[in-house]
Amino acid sequence: MAGRETLTVLNPMGYPPKVERQALAPRLDTLDGKTVYLVDCRFDDSELLLREIQNWFRDRMPGVKTVLTRISSVYTKDSPETWEEIKAEGDAAIIGVGH
Amino acid sequence: MRIDHDYGVPTVAVHTSVFKWVVRSVAGANGMPHMRQVFVPQPVIGKTPAELRAYVEGKDPVTDRLVMQEIVEGLTQPFGEGELAGAEFERATPRLVDSGSEDDLQILFREKRWTDQLPIVLPTEERVAAMLKGTRRKPDEVVGHMRPTDFREYWEYTVEKVAVNAVMAGAKPQYLPVILAMAASGVSARGSSTSSMATMAVVNGPIRNEIGMNSGLGALAPYNHANATIGRAYNLLSQNLQGGSEPGHTYMGSQGNAYAYGSVTFAENEERSPWEAFHVEHGFKPSESAVSLFTGCRATAFSLGLREKHWREHVGNMLRGLDPRTPPVFLLDPLAARMFIDRGGFKSKRELIAWIDDHARMPAEIFWDYQLTQNYVYPRATFGEEPWATRLKAAADEPIQMFLTKDIHVVIVGGETNPYWRIMGCTYHKTASIDEWR
Repeated sequence: MAGRETLTVLNPMGYPPKVERQALAPRLDTLDGKTVYLVDCRFDDSELLLREIQNWFRDRMPGVKTVLTRISSVYTKDSPETWEEIKAEGDAAIIGVGH
Repeated sequence: MRIDHDYGVPTVAVHTSVFKWVVRSVAGANGMPHMRQVFVPQPVIGKTPAELRAYVEGKDPVTDRLVMQEIVEGLTQPFGEGELAGAEFERATPRLVDSGSEDDLQILFREKRWTDQLPIVLPTEERVAAMLKGTRRKPDEVVGHMRPTDFREYWEYTVEKVAVNAVMAGAKPQYLPVILAMAASGVSARGSSTSSMATMAVVNGPIRNEIGMNSGLGALAPYNHANATIGRAYNLLSQNLQGGSEPGHTYMGSQGNAYAYGSVTFAENEERSPWEAFHVEHGFKPSESAVSLFTGCRATAFSLGLREKHWREHVGNMLRGLDPRTPPVFLLDPLAARMFIDRGGFKSKRELIAWIDDHARMPAEIFWDYQLTQNYVYPRATFGEEPWATRLKAAADEPIQMFLTKDIHVVIVGGETNPYWRIMGCTYHKTASIDEWR
């Protein structure tokens, strides 16, 4: 009967790379008195959402200084100058809206 | 999330909830499974400030916890034991699948999403060995690397892996050099853009006739074995060799794209073209064989002939009907190509392309207001990239060019039953040698 013979076939998937460990930055004790960068990754209307997060901090946690900034090009490109600025001038970052 | 790992800045990423599986798997594959991620409802685009404030004040639809509580805690709550250091481990792909009947294996391949949901030719060892006779290359030779988006990791594949996918598509061994060239390009036919991309593949040179590809009547349609199975193989190998193309995980095209069954795969009609062959334009000799790859294939416009009085306006209208970010590739039946010569006197593709570039214009204010230009062109203009920076300075009603000359292309295809022609919105990536893979 057709389809009953046992077949041995090859796997069509490619070879994944090894997952390399990447450590995350330790968290802050508190946001009070700290500078939090809100980073617009320039995807759709992400800046508008970040503005509302900025407004929330202004209203609910006024002790947090927020800086709204944008990555230096389109979201598909890395933005090392932005990261350098935040490392030098800020304490934490919120990036949005990504996917 | 280089800022968190490379720059030591505690960071929270905010996404819309539809991307929850994608961003979690990307974080895991990058060794940061505990990266802090917070979700808001989909969509953000088009919402008012009040609606977005409600998102911010509301709950994360993935965790059902308050969005701002999660953000604040994401920046201040210490990681658990072992979470800060990330994760590291090997992954492997076995050469063989567990044996089974034809029926069971067809189901297995479909359930594992190794197919395009249509029946495939099962890649038995005998069939793959026969396919490998289509190239002098060794089965274990690395062909290339591919990934579905810029944010994911590259997967690697060998000649044998490409041959497996070629068998599944129903291709013949003599097609394998074309399929290997496509694989070696690294251009995925299964990109994960939310815009629902597909690819176009144009074959040039002697191999077109050697393997019986169609460049004439019905070349873009399912009437030729080589065109059909080479295109299907390109799509199957792309999804499988890059690590998958699964909706919600490794594929996020909102509407999908029917061209992604087999790409728009055809041979250029060099014999009936009045102009230089596409691969020759890109540095190959006429005696060499090559395949050229394009991505996009979302917007398409078409027309019949060129009317004497208003042909310029008609072409301009078609160009403005495309999306403003993806450049136009003119697919001209040989009859239509001759009409462009008759009407415009274009002695070469280059002359026609220059004319297209000059006539693809729209008022600056309207061009810059498109969401696609806002996302992908405006940021480059604001940081001084030319010619976009200059075009950004144009008066609101000034007609500015929508594309760049280098991104506009012309390909000749068709059987001369009528001077129909179309514009395919797609981005040219590269022309890859086929002869290297014979």
